[in-house]
Amino acid sequence: MIVGVLKEARDGERRVAATPATVEKIRALGHEVVVDPDAGAAAGFPDAAYETAGARTGEAVTADVVLGVNAPPPDHLDRLRPGATVIALFAPASDPATVEDLGRRPLTVLSLDAVPRISRAQSMDVLSSMANIAGYRAVVEAAHEFGRFFTGQVTAAGKVPPARVLVVGAGVAGLAAIGTAGSLGAIVRATDPRPEVADQVRSLGGEYLAIESPETEVSATGYAKEMGDDYKAREAALYARQCREADIVITTALIPGRPAPRLITAETVAAMKPGSVIVDMAAANGGNVEGTVPGERTVTANGVTILGYTDLAGRLPAQASQLYGTNLLNLLKLLTPGKDGRLVLDMDDPVQRSVTVVHDGEPSWPPPPVQVSAAPAPTTGATPVPVSPVRTPMTARRRFTGVALTALALFLVVGFAPPALLPHVTVFVLAIVIGYYVIGHVHHALHTPLMSVTNAISGIIVVGALLQIGHGSTLVTALAAVAILLASINVFGGFAVTRRMLGMFNRS
Amino acid sequence: MSATHAAQAAYLVAALLFILALAGLSKHESARLGNAFGMLGMAVALVATVVLAADRGIGAGAAGLLAAAMLAGALIGLWRARGVEMTGMPELIALLHSFVGLAAVLVGWNGYLDVEHHPGGAEAAALDALGTLGIHHAEVFVGVFIGAVTFTGSVVAYLKLAARVDSRPLTLPGKNALNLGALALFLVLTVRFTVAPALWLLIAATALALALGWHLVASIGGGDMPVVVSMLNSYSGWAAAASGFLLGNDLLIVTGALVGSSGAYLSYIMCRAMNRSFLAVIAGGFGIEAPAGSEVDYGEHQEITAQGAAEVLAAARSVVITPGYGMAVAQAQYPVAELASKLRAQGVDVRFGIHPVAGRLPGHMNVLLAEAKVPYDIVLEMDEINGDFADTDVVLVIGANDTVNPAGAEDPGSPLAGMPVLTVWEAGQVIVFKRSMASGYAGVQNPLFFRPNTTMLFGDAKDRVEDIVSAL
Repeated sequence: MIVGVLKEARDGERRVAATPATVEKIRALGHEVVVDPDAGAAAGFPDAAYETAGARTGEAVTADVVLGVNAPPPDHLDRLRPGATVIALFAPASDPATVEDLGRRPLTVLSLDAVPRISRAQSMDVLSSMANIAGYRAVVEAAHEFGRFFTGQVTAAGKVPPARVLVVGAGVAGLAAIGTAGSLGAIVRATDPRPEVADQVRSLGGEYLAIESPETEVSATGYAKEMGDDYKAREAALYARQCREADIVITTALIPGRPAPRLITAETVAAMKPGSVIVDMAAANGGNVEGTVPGERTVTANGVTILGYTDLAGRLPAQASQLYGTNLLNLLKLLTPGKDGRLVLDMDDPVQRSVTVVHDGEPSWPPPPVQVSAAPAPTTGATPVPVSPVRTPMTARRRFTGVALTALALFLVVGFAPPALLPHVTVFVLAIVIGYYVIGHVHHALHTPLMSVTNAISGIIVVGALLQIGHGSTLVTALAAVAILLASINVFGGFAVTRRMLGMFNRS
Repeated sequence: MSATHAAQAAYLVAALLFILALAGLSKHESARLGNAFGMLGMAVALVATVVLAADRGIGAGAAGLLAAAMLAGALIGLWRARGVEMTGMPELIALLHSFVGLAAVLVGWNGYLDVEHHPGGAEAAALDALGTLGIHHAEVFVGVFIGAVTFTGSVVAYLKLAARVDSRPLTLPGKNALNLGALALFLVLTVRFTVAPALWLLIAATALALALGWHLVASIGGGDMPVVVSMLNSYSGWAAAASGFLLGNDLLIVTGALVGSSGAYLSYIMCRAMNRSFLAVIAGGFGIEAPAGSEVDYGEHQEITAQGAAEVLAAARSVVITPGYGMAVAQAQYPVAELASKLRAQGVDVRFGIHPVAGRLPGHMNVLLAEAKVPYDIVLEMDEINGDFADTDVVLVIGANDTVNPAGAEDPGSPLAGMPVLTVWEAGQVIVFKRSMASGYAGVQNPLFFRPNTTMLFGDAKDRVEDIVSAL
């Protein structure tokens, strides 16, 4: 089929739905690709690069499958061929008007932002890849506004304290912000209603601030949900305290399908230090901070800068296009199972069902809920802990009993053995003990040489055969000769191969 | 000082030198010296024994035969030692075990032919006067039995390791009953032989032991070979010790006990590294019961190309390579070593992490890497490296599967549960070299492959590593 890549119509949008690299892979699925003129120019991908990758420049809206980043405006949709498939970010959950408009058209509409959060669909999770970029960019924007270093330094001109960064919400964007701010040298703290993210925060070098409340959350959808009143009161107190100390605050709290929770009040902002910066990543959904203006930079009366940019991911257009394009490519791979250029939509597959907003002109939104496999199943208090098969070490008491019983058995055996055997048994038992302690110290890396050396010395059995040869019958001598031959192979072969092996071990 | 007396003194010296030889292997620095001690000890023992034999008066014919047999053995041994590939070490070691076993059988039979076969002979009379004739009967029997089990067991192990026979476990019905029954029958035969020695009893016991050794190892799968080989190492020691009792020779007893406890200790380490009991390994391999939970949706794996892997490696600061048996099969150790040295030349911190049961022999991976000239101080064992994965940028898993399976650490329902594993998934990115998505020796799917920070590089490990080296 012919796949078209749109030039984004929205003002200021610099991303593009396919890069030359993904175009090449889309073509490998058997599709033809047509790209709008200058579609990737703003992201640093000139038309020539697409042509080198095998696409032709032309009118993308005429294609069978049309790829975009943002939802194409109605006049673009009008120009699509009947029966065409269009894939973009339609935000169907928060924009019912668009869904209704799309449902009246003879199209198949797939919304990439509706990919369910299951592990199988991770490679298509565009929200995560965009959030990752946005989290990084949020720190960069904050650093740009912030008049000081992030990292602490001791210079000849005096000591510089490190910046203190507070990240609200440790989702993908929050974690990206934590990692970026941490690597610039700031002291990073983070909050999140889901206590299970604490380890992820720490792994990126951040400090997790728990909100002490009985109402901790186990999420079944992988996203946060709205919390109760008691929780909110404790949360507000925590933010008021932390924001006063922080130089940078980055808020990322979003609840799917609802306005963003208002977490930081104007009062808290007013108590912040002048020169502090707030990046409200939830601005597009109403903002987590009172006073945020979506898309704008504002400065409060007390000198706090609030950034309400809603295009953070788009401010890294090449990076965002690359990740978006790869997510989109993975969806196309799923939709083109035969790699034969034929798009097949399998409505029984939960991933494909979830992204479908309109199927052949029939509205199919909302899809049935998909249970997230990554999240732990809701547990009741008394889940039995599975018995670990790891064997517990013996207690001192059992060990003592075991040794005592073995000693008694040994005493009885040796006590009733013929006296002539005693010296040999003594030597035997002591040699085993020596062997155990000597071998216990052998380095793991030398276990193979150890085996070949023990091979060599167990060839000592040659001594027995040497003393037998020439005594007794011819048969005895013959058997002894064979034994000498075999044992000699061991002795010489074992030592020689050990020597060769040890010669290979070298220090750097 | 009589010849016998001198030989006893020499034997004591030789025994101490053997202990020093094993002690020397505790560190790389002293390992070569240790081997030299071992050779010296063996030379002392051999010279003393030859002098003793000459003193007892062996004929010229026997002396010539002795020299010829020893010379032939030495030549064969040196020839094999020179030519063997390091990937073929497990086979060679199994083969050498079988020689000790067979030699022990022959020495035991000679003991019978010397003494029991001539009940009225001088030797029998001498033992009878000491009151140890009955013990001699038992010693012959035990020595032959252990030797024969070692012999056939090692031959089967050799055939499996050399891929001459299918390495899958043989599952005869009631195999544990067969093994136990053979042991019980052996006890009965021993008692009868001790009371009234007869040739047919010794023949029966030899045949029984040969069959038991064969069955014991045939029922164990290829992946359990590290345990089997170290177990046979142990048996070969006990066989030598039994011969020592038979001949009243303390040097044989000491050496046999050293080797026996060495093999037992290695078996113990291997079993602990798989979190399985020794008996469970002997009683049969994995895969008997269908692993539960194989229907879990692990998601989809991601692929990477050699070119992509090269880019990832070039950008990394620290890399850990965890090889497994697959590296030996693909003969990939040389390209892997080249990759490591190339990355090190670019300032990347490259190290190797070795699981105790990686390969088909304890310490097998270390020898392979040493052969490919990887410096041993960057080759670390599991306990040394496991704490460092979280600070590692990229882990390359080459031909390993079960030893890097997170289920061992995280899934109590898995057949691998409790097995200590290399925690590679803690690293920033994991690249797994694999032929296909087939499961490992334990027949358990590996959730590592489906982790978001894991990418798969499919194909022959050697070719893929060479591709990366040329792309770097």
